[in-house]
Parts: sequence; C-alpha cells; structure tokens
Amino acid sequence: MTVLDKQVEAAAPAAAPRGGRGTAWLIGAGLVAALLVLVPVAGALGAYPIPVGDVWASLQHRAGLGGAGLDRVAESVLWNVRFPRIVLALLVGASLGCAGALMQGVFGNPLAEPGVIGISAGAAVGAVASIAFGITFLGTWTVPAFAFLAGLATVLLVYALSRSGGRSEVVTLILTGIAVNAFAGALIGLFLFFADAAAIQQITFWQLGSLSQATWPKVLAVLPCAVVGLGLAPLYSRRLDLLALGERPARHLGVEVERLRIVLILVIALLTAAAVSVSGIISFVGLVVPHLLRMAAGPGHRFLVPGSALLGALVLLAADLAARTVAVPAELPLGVLTALLGSPFFFWLLRRTRRRQGGWA
Amino acid sequence: MRLLRSRPTPPGPASPGDVLAAADGLHVRLGSRDVLCGVDVDVRAGEVLALVGPNGAGKSTLLGALAADLPAARGTVRIHGRPAGEWSAPELALRRAVLPQAAALSFPFTVAEVVRMGRAPHDSSPAEDDLTIAEAMAATEVSAFAGRPFSALSGGERARVALARVLAQRAPLLLLDEPTAALDLKHQELVLRVCRERAREGDAVVVVLHDLGLAAAYAHRVAVLHAGRVAADGPPGEVFTERLLSEVYEQPVEVVPHPRTGALLVTPKRNL
Repeated sequence: MTVLDKQVEAAAPAAAPRGGRGTAWLIGAGLVAALLVLVPVAGALGAYPIPVGDVWASLQHRAGLGGAGLDRVAESVLWNVRFPRIVLALLVGASLGCAGALMQGVFGNPLAEPGVIGISAGAAVGAVASIAFGITFLGTWTVPAFAFLAGLATVLLVYALSRSGGRSEVVTLILTGIAVNAFAGALIGLFLFFADAAAIQQITFWQLGSLSQATWPKVLAVLPCAVVGLGLAPLYSRRLDLLALGERPARHLGVEVERLRIVLILVIALLTAAAVSVSGIISFVGLVVPHLLRMAAGPGHRFLVPGSALLGALVLLAADLAARTVAVPAELPLGVLTALLGSPFFFWLLRRTRRRQGGWA
Repeated sequence: MRLLRSRPTPPGPASPGDVLAAADGLHVRLGSRDVLCGVDVDVRAGEVLALVGPNGAGKSTLLGALAADLPAARGTVRIHGRPAGEWSAPELALRRAVLPQAAALSFPFTVAEVVRMGRAPHDSSPAEDDLTIAEAMAATEVSAFAGRPFSALSGGERARVALARVLAQRAPLLLLDEPTAALDLKHQELVLRVCRERAREGDAVVVVLHDLGLAAAYAHRVAVLHAGRVAADGPPGEVFTERLLSEVYEQPVEVVPHPRTGALLVTPKRNL
C-alpha cells in the first residue's frame, strides 16, 4: 500500500491538465476585456466619428449613472444606427461561435460547422421563402421562425444522412454538406425566380451577409432565439465532454445520449436561425472560433461553449467594424469578409491534420 | 439543471456471491443473425468470470447484453436484480462500468481528463475524485503521461488509459472487452492482477479473453462460448479439457500442468 501511495503522490503534479483552468479563466477575462474596449470603439468609428469618451458618457447617461447626453445628431447616430448594429453583431457572432462548438461536439467531428455542412443554407431557404412570398403573419418574428424551421429540418437531414454506427465520418459529412448546399442554393434560386423586384432586392442584400440594415426591431426579432440558445448551451458542456468518448461509452457514464442529441440539435437550429435570419450566411466563424480556443485552452466544453460565444461575438464585431470602415464610403459585405479570412484557415486546418495523422478518415 | 433532477440512487453494498448480472435464456439478434441463442450466465460479486471462445462466438455480444447496450430478443438480462431495460442511464452508470474493445476520442483531451470522465456519474467531492483518479492511474501505470493528449499515445497506452477511466467509475460490476488485446506481456499480467484485486474487494468482473493461459491463471470461473451458446461454465480446472477446447476451436489443443506450479497451460498442438 505504501508503494501505491507513493505512486499516487508522484502522479499528483503531473495530473494537472495542460492549459488548465487557469488558462481558461485568463482567456475568458481577456475576451470580456476586449469586448469592453471594442464596443465603445465600434460606437465611435464610422462616417460620423464620435469621440470614445462621448460614447462612454452617453452610455452612462442612458444607464442613469451620470455622464452626459450628446447633441441630437450624435445621439441619433449612436443609438439608432450604431448600437443596434453592434448588438446585432454581438448576438450573431455569439450564436455562430456557440453553434459551431456545439455542432462539433454533437457530431464528434472538428469540421462540423453550420456553414460548411449546409445548415445555414437550409435556414436561408426558410428565410428567403418568407421574404419572397411576402409571408408576415408572425410580424418581425416571421423570418427567424421560418429560418428556424428550415434550419431544424436541415440539421435533422444532415444528421440522419451522415451518421453510421454512431459516428459521422468527415468525408460523408462534407459530401452531405455539398449536396445540401447545392439543393438549398437551387431552392433559393427558385424562390428568387418567383419573387417580385422589391423582394429580390431585399433578398440579395440579405444574402451577402450584411448587418447594415440593423435596427432595434431586428435585434428584438432575433433576441429570443439567441438568448434561449446561448442560455441552454452551457448546461450540456459536461455531457458533451463525455460524448467525445463515443455514444456507447457516454451512455455507460450515465448520459441519456438520444435526449442529449435532440436537445442540442434544437439549440443548434435556434442559434443558426438567429444568425442567418438577420445577416444571411456568414460562414467560418463557427469553424475558426472553437478551433482557436481548443488550441489555446484544450477541448473541455465547459470553457469551449461559453468561450466560443464570447470570441464569436468579438470576431464578428471586429469584422463588421472592418467591413464598414476599411473601404469608406463603401461597405464590404460582412459575409464576404469572413469567408475571405476564414477559408484560408480552413485550408490550413486541412493541411495540418493531413500532415499529422494522414487526413481524416 | 442538476438541482432540478433527482440524483440516481447508488447501489447498496454487495456481499460475495451475490448475482450482480444474469442472463437467462438470452437470445440476441444483430441484423438478421441470431448471435446468442439461449445463454444462461450468472455474474457474481467477488469473482472474475472470463468469457472465452473462438471469433464470432458471441463473447462481445454477451458482454453488450450484460451492459444493457443490446436488447434481448428473447429471455432476460438482469442487472443488480432488475431487468436491464428498467434502469435509467444514470442509475446504470453507478452499477456497471464497461471497457469497449476499441478506445476512441473525438477531441484531444489529456489522459488525466479522460480518466476524470469516469467520475461523471458520481456526485462526490473533488478531493475524493482526485484520490480515485490517482489510484486508478497508478493501478494501470499511466500516471507518467497524465498530462499528454490521449491522441498522442500508443495503442497499448490508450488501452490502459481507457481501463483507468473504467476503474475510476468505481462500479460494482466491471465488464471488460478484451482489455489485454493491445498490451505487452507485463501489462497483460498487470491488468488481470487488477481484475483479481477488484474481485477480492467484492466487485464482479467479467472479462473477454483470447489468451486461454491468462484465463486459466486468473479467472475464478470460465464460460466457453461456442456458436452463440455456452459450451461449458465452471472453474478453469474443470472446463479446460483438451477435448472441449479442441472441439470448440476446431484446432487440436494441449492442456498441460506447469512443471513448477502445476497451473494449467493451454497451447495449440504443434508438430514443428
């Protein structure tokens, strides 16, 4: 027994996981701090510059914490144009990052991402349908609701098609994504064919993945989906960790795997719908963000899920800020910008994995 | 979430000889094939039961049925006295631990994190968890690479880490599917000593083995499976006869006593 005790003692220091909880806390705090800096900066920059100090003052004023209101124009620019857009960027980014982390966990596959495997395109079909046919019976919630239903149907479809024997192989997953993306593209084309000129213009604008039409009603329209999704996701972190062992071992450890999968697929559809219904298809955020965090702090979902939401929000806010400031007075489409930066990362990821383990089988 | 759900009740203590898992007239179908046709097996606390038999005899299927992974087409499986289908997943997790044949992991968790996953069913204190994890890692000799990612390990190291996770679960019924398959001579002995140790502490251990010599040396009882039925069930000294093994494996087999210890040695009959 004494020998065993000694071994136990010797094991203790080595047992501290790499990039442990300390790193996670540090990164989390860093992300929050970066958001606190970037939000007022994003409020300040633009065609009508407002000093950062004034942005703070106005924020404090509205919150009833002193500060001072700005003149009429600045106040209007800040509160009717920039802040809705900032909040929307945060919501969409958080939703995409979180959905990516969840999806990779559920599929047990680091390449699963709403954009890559066609969930965003599926949700877009629902959104386009509601715009093209002028369906408005749910008011501002019509587009998100349609995006959610179509997105949900797509996740279920991809899930059913790409799984065999409890795992989803990368090749099957990607090929399924290609097929789903093609089919969704065809449906969107068909709806455009039937739509009138005004609807076509609205759809085209939306499809480019832009936040330029942000208003408070739009924020309200996606808020329920995003808040419910982001609120539920962290509750399943521990069970997602266990799912990495495979479905049966997870069940052996007490996870009700079927129920977990159904709930998480609903959450993923909610988050994707929230993102897609306002800003079209913004790809790669859900892929890049969880990957970066996994490299920095390890694969544990207790940090990865909320961390991906934070980093996703930060990345999208920064991307949107760049989209509307680098080519003044024109504005780059946000979806174009994220794809431009995200695709090379995807490529690098493929190369790296290929080098390390001879590719994904 | 945890507050809303009542914790599953842990199992009561078992005394040696209690039947912790039992198959009764068990038939299991996989696809269109009857893999098990009428198997009766009792798994008792304080005992190492080895399942042996040729490839495709139904060893892993029987283990899967005893683990409540596979449903019975006919007959029953009882775990801790209750039909397998009536337990919830969290309740089962406190009662049986399963080592799968191949250990897979989707993301690069470290060895320590993987072993810690074995504590998931328990609502115990972190200190208790740490102690159990350290013990399990010491018992399987994986403490040295606690901080390394699981994906960077060799096959034999992975197998031992997977076993450490199963040991950390501290379930009174252990179901191990070929725990020695990827291991070298030393670690095969180590793993089976761990099995004996757990049985001595009152757990029931079922282990699928291909090495009949290991089964003869370490199992209290052996069930020889042949074409979905139990061909023989009893202590290795009674079950391992040249006639039975030669017939089941369709290969002449010699069973001889060890010149020094008198323990059974099982080898294929070779004329080289």
